[in-house]
Amino acid sequence: MSTLVKFATAAALALAATTPALAADTIKIGVAGPHTGDLAPYGLPTKDAAEMLIAEVNAKGGINGKQIELLFVDDQCKPEIATNVATKLVSEGVNVVIGHVCSGATKAAMGIYKGAKVIVISPSATNPPLTKSGDYPNFYRTIASDDDQGKMAATFVIDKLNAKKIAIVHDKGDYGKGFADFSKEAIEKSGKAKVVMYEGIQPGAMDYTAVIQKLRKEGADALIFGGYHPEASKLLALMNKRKINVPFIGPDGIKGDGFLKIAGKDAEGVYATGPMDVSKYPLNVKAHNDYKAKYGKEPGTFFDQGYAATLAALNAIKVAGGTDYDALGKALKSSVIETTVGKIKFDARGDAEGVGFSVYQVRKGAFVEVK
Amino acid sequence: MDSEYFFELLCGGLVKGSIYALIALGYTMVYGIIQLINFAHGEIYMIGAFVAFIVSGVLTLTGYGGPTVLLLAAVIAIIYAAAYGYTLEKIAYRPLRAAPRLSPLISAIGASIFLTNYVQLAQTPDFLPFPELITDFDFMEPFSRYVSSVDLVILVVTTLTMIALTVLIKYTRVGKAMRATQQDAVMARLVGINVDRVISATFIIGSALAAIAGVLIASRTGQINSAIGFMAGIKAFTAAVLGGIGNIPGAVLGGLVLGIAETLGAGYISSAYEDVFAFGLLVLILVLRPAGLLGKAVKQKV
Amino acid sequence: MTHFKRSLVIGLWFMFLALPLMVVRVNTLNHEIEWRWANMLWLGFCAFALAWFWRASTERRAARQALGVAAGRPLLAKLSWAQRLSDDPALSRRLLLIVAAAALIFPWVVSTSQNFYHVNIMVSALIFVVLGLGLNITVGLAGLLDLGYIAFFAVGAYTYALLARNFDLGFWTCLPLGGIMAMFFGIVLGFPILRLRGDYLAIVTLGFGSITKIVLENSEELFGGAAGIAGIPRPDLFGLVLDGREKSLYSYYIVLALVALTIFVTNRLKNSRIGWAWMALREDEIACVAMGVDMARTKLSAYALGAFWAGLVGVIFAAHNNFINPDSFTFMDSAMILSMVVLGGMGSILGVIIAALALKLLPEYLRAVAEYRMLVFGAVMVLMMIFRPQGLISNLRRKYERAPADESDGHGK
Repeated sequence: MSTLVKFATAAALALAATTPALAADTIKIGVAGPHTGDLAPYGLPTKDAAEMLIAEVNAKGGINGKQIELLFVDDQCKPEIATNVATKLVSEGVNVVIGHVCSGATKAAMGIYKGAKVIVISPSATNPPLTKSGDYPNFYRTIASDDDQGKMAATFVIDKLNAKKIAIVHDKGDYGKGFADFSKEAIEKSGKAKVVMYEGIQPGAMDYTAVIQKLRKEGADALIFGGYHPEASKLLALMNKRKINVPFIGPDGIKGDGFLKIAGKDAEGVYATGPMDVSKYPLNVKAHNDYKAKYGKEPGTFFDQGYAATLAALNAIKVAGGTDYDALGKALKSSVIETTVGKIKFDARGDAEGVGFSVYQVRKGAFVEVK
Repeated sequence: MDSEYFFELLCGGLVKGSIYALIALGYTMVYGIIQLINFAHGEIYMIGAFVAFIVSGVLTLTGYGGPTVLLLAAVIAIIYAAAYGYTLEKIAYRPLRAAPRLSPLISAIGASIFLTNYVQLAQTPDFLPFPELITDFDFMEPFSRYVSSVDLVILVVTTLTMIALTVLIKYTRVGKAMRATQQDAVMARLVGINVDRVISATFIIGSALAAIAGVLIASRTGQINSAIGFMAGIKAFTAAVLGGIGNIPGAVLGGLVLGIAETLGAGYISSAYEDVFAFGLLVLILVLRPAGLLGKAVKQKV
Repeated sequence: MTHFKRSLVIGLWFMFLALPLMVVRVNTLNHEIEWRWANMLWLGFCAFALAWFWRASTERRAARQALGVAAGRPLLAKLSWAQRLSDDPALSRRLLLIVAAAALIFPWVVSTSQNFYHVNIMVSALIFVVLGLGLNITVGLAGLLDLGYIAFFAVGAYTYALLARNFDLGFWTCLPLGGIMAMFFGIVLGFPILRLRGDYLAIVTLGFGSITKIVLENSEELFGGAAGIAGIPRPDLFGLVLDGREKSLYSYYIVLALVALTIFVTNRLKNSRIGWAWMALREDEIACVAMGVDMARTKLSAYALGAFWAGLVGVIFAAHNNFINPDSFTFMDSAMILSMVVLGGMGSILGVIIAALALKLLPEYLRAVAEYRMLVFGAVMVLMMIFRPQGLISNLRRKYERAPADESDGHGK
């Protein structure tokens, strides 16, 4: 047995001695998110954004005289894969990660990053406890948290649509149910309206008739839906077939071309909360133009946030003068930077100040901001 | 008021149940003849819906419209679903006819995974909008709170299909050969029935029914993707077992019972537990009647 | 020439099948139709070529076999290496030692203080090895088709997560508790349904698997809902503080020890009285009951023991990942474990281990071809069943008859 231990130690030492030599000359940034599978449309735009921006920065000589190397990992939005790819990034000596995209996967991966002191900047993980619990001091995000979004939807339904009996339906997922719960809480707190129905539906089921019948029976005058676009459009199609006309409001998971495409004319008049309109910011215009020049189409969901996260990371590295964990944290929390989502600065818990939500409505096949 | 709500739910359950029944028929016919759970049957349903989507897309974009599109899309979808079902049996099940009982089941699970990913790669993993092939009828306006126009079409088509199937099985040569094979495959072979051909015919008919269900349900929900077959398949299979697998009226009854139970459970208790009602009912019925609602208990002889 | 004609027909048939799905793609957004005729030609050509080769090779084999029979040679004289191995105790013991040594030093060879990705992957794979071996008891030995096996895995994982969160119980206390809890569930669920016939059992277990997942998803207060439970403590080692790599190594050795234990126990079970009862029941229920085997108790014990291993390894899964949510316990996972058992060869321990490692590790390292991964996986399942239905390593039964003197090639004692 003792020879075995000796041999093992020797092997480990030999390997340990060879690896660090590679690390010194580049700054490594990880980009994690779903790059394959059915949630890939939410992950790929961030990947494209980081790739584009880093190529630009590297062409200009990099940061602090160092080139930046991007490492892409695919977590398919699955927690167990996320921990594996997080380990991989940590193993490769990454100091900053742009990602992950889904809240569940992010939470799973944070355990690894926290121990390894890696800064994580997510473009899209909106789950409130990520910042509010205080468990993850190394977590930052360039998108507002779900509870803000839920509150926004609730206030809008109560004050602008004058709804008194509100129905809430969610897809039982982390994201959808979170949104639904925060809306419910806000409605109950306001005291001005009542939640008459609160139901979870099975994503992928072929029929939601029972839920719709219940909606009519309860006489709801607004429906808040927490979930993604396939279920939203299925609900809308069934509602329209049954001639039920109740204002429908969803989270940013339905605010995109995917929803408009599937729901078609059923989408008309639907409300959705989404990140504030940022398309006028000069940096945003530039990023979109670059993207269009390169890929010949409009960028997808979370592109702006991904771009902003990469900008924030680069700025922090520049200000901190390196990749020291504490210096990076200080830099992120102290500097105000111009990004594709406006002027932002991170607060003590990692939420970006200066980003928020507004309400949109589908009018003539496009989302228009409701003033 | 409350009885009205009950009636609304009942109608919803009936529509859902008749779709389950259409898919369940394919499961039950195949099981009746070769005792195989055709796990890939849900994928045939999905392929039917996809072919209808493609055909109607091409026709609409080249300037056709109206009922021609619906009819052509449905017919081509049925032809292709049948062709895929036939090929599936030839490749994945026929070589395994003498194999141990679990082998064809694993092969079926493999085929199901393969077909889902085949469509996903050849087409797209995204959800796609299914065109509204069945337009609203004006005379349905007053009843729209119970059944929509599409629902009516679903109920009528399902009923007609089932009548046609019954006639086919009761009175035609193929049908008689099927029943003979179901009772005793060896004996059927001895009296000159080409059992291989009967099995192929079963797959073709079952797949055609699945395609009909696919087109109907897709025009109701207005969307499809490559993963819709899985859940529909599992539910239809549950319906088939509920009614007594291998038993054709049983599949219809099982589908309706399942659809109504799910809808009532969702309507009165909570839709979050819809699948729990479905599977709970299944367990309950199997514990009380181990061969399903209409299945005959097979006495074991020693 | 009929050869050629038949192959041609097959090629054309596949071109016909490919026509809508592989050729036409309708873009509903910009109202365009994409025609990809090349796909159809490729598929037609491949189908034709395959059919041609297939016919040619079957013909040649048939000719050779006919020749062999004529020469009086037995057809099945050749034994695979695996079977030869299991017949030679000295050789198999030596191989076992080598494998064990390799498994022990593996993490030291592939990991450094920074890079322990491969160790983590291996831990995930070994977890599935234990799951495969556990299900092997239920399906492989006793022939009870269980399509909801992942539920017991979930029971173990949640048992640990909840006990650790609410009562601060440690990993080592929870490890047996998770197993016992899963076993308890197995008995409670198994009791009413074990008198069902095989295929009915399949759908009911599938239903139980789905119900478990839905209940976990829906009850937020109790099980954390869809958001899952985060911050599950890693296994503790006498209160020592471990860094990331050491934690992974520790998990690795724990799960490796569990694999060894599972192998040992299933091996002993296989050759025990209850093991024979399982296999007898699998082969012929009626005859078995007529011989005086208590059917309910025998089946229930197989079901419960299978569940026990899933529960044990569920605890390790939760501890290793720090985080669990219902998404890890889907029907696809149950199907995956079942495939491991069947592809490996039902009842064969070595086969199940190889299959489990292959099914979990290949996708992990084939991320480059991730798109085609599942397509190939499905096709392999079908092809395996057609060409090697007994699995990678078929489970040789112990033979008790003496080999006839004239066929003396030494094996099969």
